[in-house]
Amino acid sequence: MLLAVAVAAFMTVDARGAWAFVLPFRGVKVLALLLVAYAIGVSTVLFQTVTENRILTPSIMGFDALYVVLQTTLVFTIGSARLAAVDPHLRFGVEVLLMVGFAGVLFRWLFTGARRSLHLLLLAGIVLGVLFRSVSSFLQRLIDPNEFAVLQDALFASFNAVDTELLGVAAVLVGAASVVAWRGRHAYDVLLLGRPTATALGVEHQRAVTRVLVVVAVLVSVSTALVGPVTFFGLLVAHLAYRVVGSHRHRHVLPAAAMVAAITLVGGQAVLEHMLGLDTALSVVVELLGGLVLLSLLVREGRR
Amino acid sequence: MIRVSGAVKAYGATRVVDGVDLELAPGGVTSIIGPNGAGKSTLLSCVARLLELDGGTVTVDGLDVHRTPGDVLARRLSVLRQDNHLTARLTVRDLVGFGRYPWSKGRPTPDDERHVVEALAFLELEAFADRYLDELSGGQRQRAFVAMVLCQGTDYVLLDEPLNNLDLRHAVAMMRLLRRAADELGRTVVVVLHDVNVAAAYSDVVVAMRDGVVVHQGPPSQLMRTDVLRDVYDLELTVHHLDGRPVAVPVL
Repeated sequence: MLLAVAVAAFMTVDARGAWAFVLPFRGVKVLALLLVAYAIGVSTVLFQTVTENRILTPSIMGFDALYVVLQTTLVFTIGSARLAAVDPHLRFGVEVLLMVGFAGVLFRWLFTGARRSLHLLLLAGIVLGVLFRSVSSFLQRLIDPNEFAVLQDALFASFNAVDTELLGVAAVLVGAASVVAWRGRHAYDVLLLGRPTATALGVEHQRAVTRVLVVVAVLVSVSTALVGPVTFFGLLVAHLAYRVVGSHRHRHVLPAAAMVAAITLVGGQAVLEHMLGLDTALSVVVELLGGLVLLSLLVREGRR
Repeated sequence: MIRVSGAVKAYGATRVVDGVDLELAPGGVTSIIGPNGAGKSTLLSCVARLLELDGGTVTVDGLDVHRTPGDVLARRLSVLRQDNHLTARLTVRDLVGFGRYPWSKGRPTPDDERHVVEALAFLELEAFADRYLDELSGGQRQRAFVAMVLCQGTDYVLLDEPLNNLDLRHAVAMMRLLRRAADELGRTVVVVLHDVNVAAAYSDVVVAMRDGVVVHQGPPSQLMRTDVLRDVYDLELTVHHLDGRPVAVPVL
């Protein structure tokens, strides 16, 4: 319901000019936003489940920074001209594949071994994120200015300037990832009990976690490719979903997270872009709120 | 039958479990005792396939626990560890319901529901069934976890120091319960315990470990002797018989 209102608001409010232009133009944007919201919401909840905490999210752990590094490295080594010659869909596919590979190796190592302290993981995530960002900016500095311009175009997407070219592939990827994710929904409930108990209940922990990390890598690639990195949105959405649902079951939490994300994103964008006439503000607002949520969660965890 | 042969588990250069050979017959309550750091919990975790072995094998009814698919084993063997930290907020009923996962795969049948109800009744948890775990006392929480493990409906039930953080009354209740699980439900209960007197009072077989090896195995009457206990604990203990039950008391 709320979602329908939000979408309708986004589509119609403050529409000047011909409807024939406005509707498809905004429609594509809404689709992209919905896809992003879904990807972020679902990936965050899954990630928090397999890492057995409610504070870390893929973006806090540097998943999307990793995606930026990969893209920068590709432009740096291959060159934008040759890269541009490649079919963008194929390119996107390769990027996602690389992302899945890297994230798989890196984060599997972090999360499937012995249970590590949350603070260590948080620290590792921040260090990794900084490392990825530094490597990216280092490469971007070395790069030919023309290439940099191309890169910037690819990386600095935002909620306002959604990269709509990739929408089709993105939707397919998200769909595939969702099927994989949805089939494991009961096993994820068990993963919430922690590795030993999950193992005792017959869930192959390592395999399940690896599968989830692959799904998360795909979802994060999609959302980062469409709108660029957003650090705290997932955290915000996941916690709203936990509150709304009040159940641990993923068959309720996952749809709720996607729903909440979609409402927040499309609704927020509608209000800010079309009613208040602001431009880049939504990500700022989201980051501010999300950052506050993260801080309060950390403080609460520390008190326990 | 649980059969452990040549089990080795090492952390770095320290061999915590150092070549254990052990056979546990089905049925009854078996306690594993020994001083701190003897490798009791590590051995139990290896048997329950929560830890990989660095050498040797463990079989349960002929199934190699580290090779058998997890869900097959989960219908034969359940385990409760010492610390059970949860990220999610669960009710007692939800938690106990998880015990049916190996059978239901998340889609509980009426039969699964019946098992949950029975487990709740067996642990006298009906009154708390819909309370959240974080609203319960330590003893009630522990009982909820034991209910989950029993609800799993496995022949073998392993428990790692289930008496931790329980006061005397709850500890006795827990041991009686494990006794009943063995006698009335026909489960094979293997439990790591600290207190040698508790082990002697409630077990059919006691396995004593020290420095990563099994130093004694037999009925409590054979264990409760000054010379045997000296080997296990490196401590002079006098064994008294009170009402026909052996009780070990340290020499002051």
